[in-house]
Amino acid sequence: MTFWTEGEPIADQAAPDGPIETRWERRQFGAKLVNPANRRKLTVIVVGTGLAGGSAAATLAEAGYKVRSYCYQDSPRRAHSIAAQGGINAAKNYRNDGDSVYRLFYDTVKGGDFRARESNVYRLAQVSVNIIDQCVAQGVPFAREYGGLLDNRSFGGTQVSRTFYARGQTGQQLLLGAYQALERQIALGNVEMHARHEMLELVVVDGKARGIVVRDLVTGAISTEFADAVVLASGGYGNVFFLSTNAKGCNVTASWRAHRKGALFANPCYTQIHPTCIPESGTHQSKLTLMSESLRNDGRVWVPVRAGDDRLAADIPEAERDYYLERIYPSFGNLVPRDIASRAAKNVCDEGRGVGPGGLGVYLDFADAIARLGRDAVEAKYGNLFEMYERITGDDPYTTPMRIYPAVHYTMGGLWVDYDLQSTIPGLFVVGEANFSDHGANRLGASALMQGLADGYFVLPNTINDYLAAGPFRPLTESDEEVVAARALVEERIDKLLSIDGDRTVDSFHRELGHIMWEYCGMERTEEGLTKAISLIRSLREEFWTRVKVPGTGETLNQNLERAGRVADFFELAELMCVDALHRAESCGGHFRAESQTPDGEALRHDDEFSYVAAWQFTGTGEPPVLRKEALEFEYVHPSQRSYK
Amino acid sequence: MNLKLRVWRQTDPSSRGRMVTYLVEDISPDASFLEMLDVLNERLILAGDEPIAFDHDCREGICGMCGMMINGVAHGPSRATTTCQLHMRHFKDGETIDVEPWRAAAFPVVKDLVVDRGAFDSIIQAGGYISAPTGAAPDAHATPVPKVDADAAFEAATCIGCGACVAACPNGSAMLFTAAKVGHLGLLPQGQPERDTRVVGMLEAHDEAGFGGCTNAGECTTVCPKGIPLTLIGRLNSDYRKAVTKRG
Ligand SMILES: Cc1cc2nc3c(=O)[nH]c(=O)nc-3n(C[C@H](O)[C@H](O)[C@H](O)COP(=O)(O)OP(=O)(O)OC[C@H]3O[C@@H](n4cnc5c(N)ncnc54)[C@H](O)[C@@H]3O)c2cc1C
Ligand code: SF4
Ligand code: FES
Repeated sequence: MTFWTEGEPIADQAAPDGPIETRWERRQFGAKLVNPANRRKLTVIVVGTGLAGGSAAATLAEAGYKVRSYCYQDSPRRAHSIAAQGGINAAKNYRNDGDSVYRLFYDTVKGGDFRARESNVYRLAQVSVNIIDQCVAQGVPFAREYGGLLDNRSFGGTQVSRTFYARGQTGQQLLLGAYQALERQIALGNVEMHARHEMLELVVVDGKARGIVVRDLVTGAISTEFADAVVLASGGYGNVFFLSTNAKGCNVTASWRAHRKGALFANPCYTQIHPTCIPESGTHQSKLTLMSESLRNDGRVWVPVRAGDDRLAADIPEAERDYYLERIYPSFGNLVPRDIASRAAKNVCDEGRGVGPGGLGVYLDFADAIARLGRDAVEAKYGNLFEMYERITGDDPYTTPMRIYPAVHYTMGGLWVDYDLQSTIPGLFVVGEANFSDHGANRLGASALMQGLADGYFVLPNTINDYLAAGPFRPLTESDEEVVAARALVEERIDKLLSIDGDRTVDSFHRELGHIMWEYCGMERTEEGLTKAISLIRSLREEFWTRVKVPGTGETLNQNLERAGRVADFFELAELMCVDALHRAESCGGHFRAESQTPDGEALRHDDEFSYVAAWQFTGTGEPPVLRKEALEFEYVHPSQRSYK
Repeated sequence: MNLKLRVWRQTDPSSRGRMVTYLVEDISPDASFLEMLDVLNERLILAGDEPIAFDHDCREGICGMCGMMINGVAHGPSRATTTCQLHMRHFKDGETIDVEPWRAAAFPVVKDLVVDRGAFDSIIQAGGYISAPTGAAPDAHATPVPKVDADAAFEAATCIGCGACVAACPNGSAMLFTAAKVGHLGLLPQGQPERDTRVVGMLEAHDEAGFGGCTNAGECTTVCPKGIPLTLIGRLNSDYRKAVTKRG
């Protein structure tokens, strides 16, 4: 059976060459400008109001463009970026600890396991410093030291302190900054805001992205919206696994509809699984909650030595406990990187040694830390996290060890974009987690917030001019052929979903799809498992389209209808993720193929064969997609294999 | 555990709603309140009934999307806890629980437990920002901010815009929400140039949106999941008086 075919390679035409430090400046200089008087005549649609979309919409409006902004929540302030806790990186070197733009660039390329573009990453590191300035000017209340200057911490295993933070709410505070800038532009009449609206289709006319079809989630009304360019800032697709740390509404629909219309989808299989989440407590579980990784600084991870040992933690003597991270990785111990810690937890649970409901959990024990530092010191460091844990589980981590388990957290893959953040459909730009651009096969902690704001405040508002300089494009009407067709597609799909009237709920399908993905396309992937997953997904998808039950009508607020549309798209994405994971017969970053490991069980890359971005072209539901390779070249950071033993 | 739920059902903004009783059996005490509603909804769908509409997104207590009156209390019985973070272990087996939407003139019901909180966005539009167009910012260290001010600004900035304060207030006032934003920005040096216009503009928008006046009832801070203190309202009032006096 052919799962995919290979097509022509692609290349990033927008990236300048020459010395890496001057590429961004030269691209900005080379990009065409739009006369301020003409900007009023140009409309840009921005889908999404998270860090990427909120900052882009506000900045484009400040520049004088007419902006139309969309989000599915009831207010732009509620985008999923709000949930980010840890912090945001920037190469400010305020600590004088040897940080620099080059070091942030180097760490990010290496952290991405040599599967990202050097030019993009370098620009990200350059722009990072402006982000902090911008946010402080907006009143983002970052943590400060007694002298009044900004505080920094080190995050995600880097050796420098370059992470800026606002207690455990960095995402919220940054998002409120962007949201307030956006609200200001709304008040000035430069942005038309459409909350509780969902994009369900992309309108492509004359080969250019010219608009979207949206559904008003309150009235159910379907409308077509036109513009000179469309920006997708619709976030990541981790919810394909059903259980993840993402907000319940996070979805792939906007990206997937664009993919079906011709935008290539890059590296869909690169998924980040976070090791310290609160485990499932039963079949009612609707999402998973992340616990800060900092807990691994003082907590010790263990499981019983014997499989099936169901004694309480306190009744298991020291000699019958396996502190497996300390045993397998003596030099890094409990602090091994995210993917290694996650995989190790899965392995011990697969051996039947997991703890808690369903055997899906490992202990994170603070008893030694409390004995060594005292309860007060532990409380000072982790008090709010312990409280959060107790609120959710009802257990007191001061007396009983915490239980943790890995959960899907972030998706590095996304729509393919060039250096200008433009997709393969002219006029369709993609920013934030929705694109694939900067993190390669693995994202470093505190780098997603940085990328979202870099894209939205600084990169896109410069590169989009080059495209818009050719506008305004020809006016469209509701009766244009492509517009009628796009709208019909949406209406037909809604009618179909409502008319099946089967005997299974949307959530039951989504859960089952999530199980398949977690089992076969999660922390460890094999050729056999992925092949099996593809056939399971196909038959479940068929079942979905014959047995799903969506109650109610399309003319009102109908949350099940919304979910049904999202799950339908997840089905198609899931298959592509498995095909991508199957074709990439190497391990790299968040993608671990059991067949490709070193003798001591570490991820093994095959640079000779796989040093490329896998960009996929859609050919039809269930049809083999076409693989288009973008070769990656490393002029500055030489690929090496990592080791944490 | 088994529960008796009495839930507000309303088809759309213009129709009249009513309380409907549901027996919900076999719920895990480890489920969250929203997960309990998920389970009920799954059962309703399979039985051919219309599921209950309610707002939610992050389910981590940070996006401010969820919120309902549970036994007459905004976000339910646990202090400093959003509805999504409330767990069933805080209820008794066999208990009857009333579930209703936020009730306030400025928050019309959209459907069942879903309300329209757009009025909050219009308050922010009227001045809840610092005008700092992208690219115009000086270096972040150009203006040091005393740690006490930065910390106090942060505390005020933790408001998640959920609307519980309005729902709890006998006057349907959004003064705590407004005061949190006025306090956050007014405590920072960057927020000074627009301090007067901000407080005046936001208060005007507050009243225009149909929120009631503040009579210091204090119910708002009791239900606030982020513990936004009443003292911020005092601060807002004094800022307002100063701004109006200056304007003459
Ligand atoms: C629990 C958690 C903690 C994290 N902590 C950190 C951290 O400490 N540091 C860090 O750097 N990163 C962190 N991340 C990652 C980071 O938060 C996200 O990657 C980032 O915020 C994504 O921003 P975004 O703007 O791309 O998308 P989002 O914030 O997800 O916004 C998506 C927007 O698109 C809209 N939308 C989606 N689909 C549609 C549609 N079809 N129609 C209309 N609108 C639509 C939504 O309404 C929303 O407004 C964390 C992630 C999680 C889950
Ligand atoms: S002040 Fe408190 S209760 Fe009111 S909106 Fe903000 S967080 Fe919610
Ligand atoms: S769902 Fe986000 S705060 Fe409750």
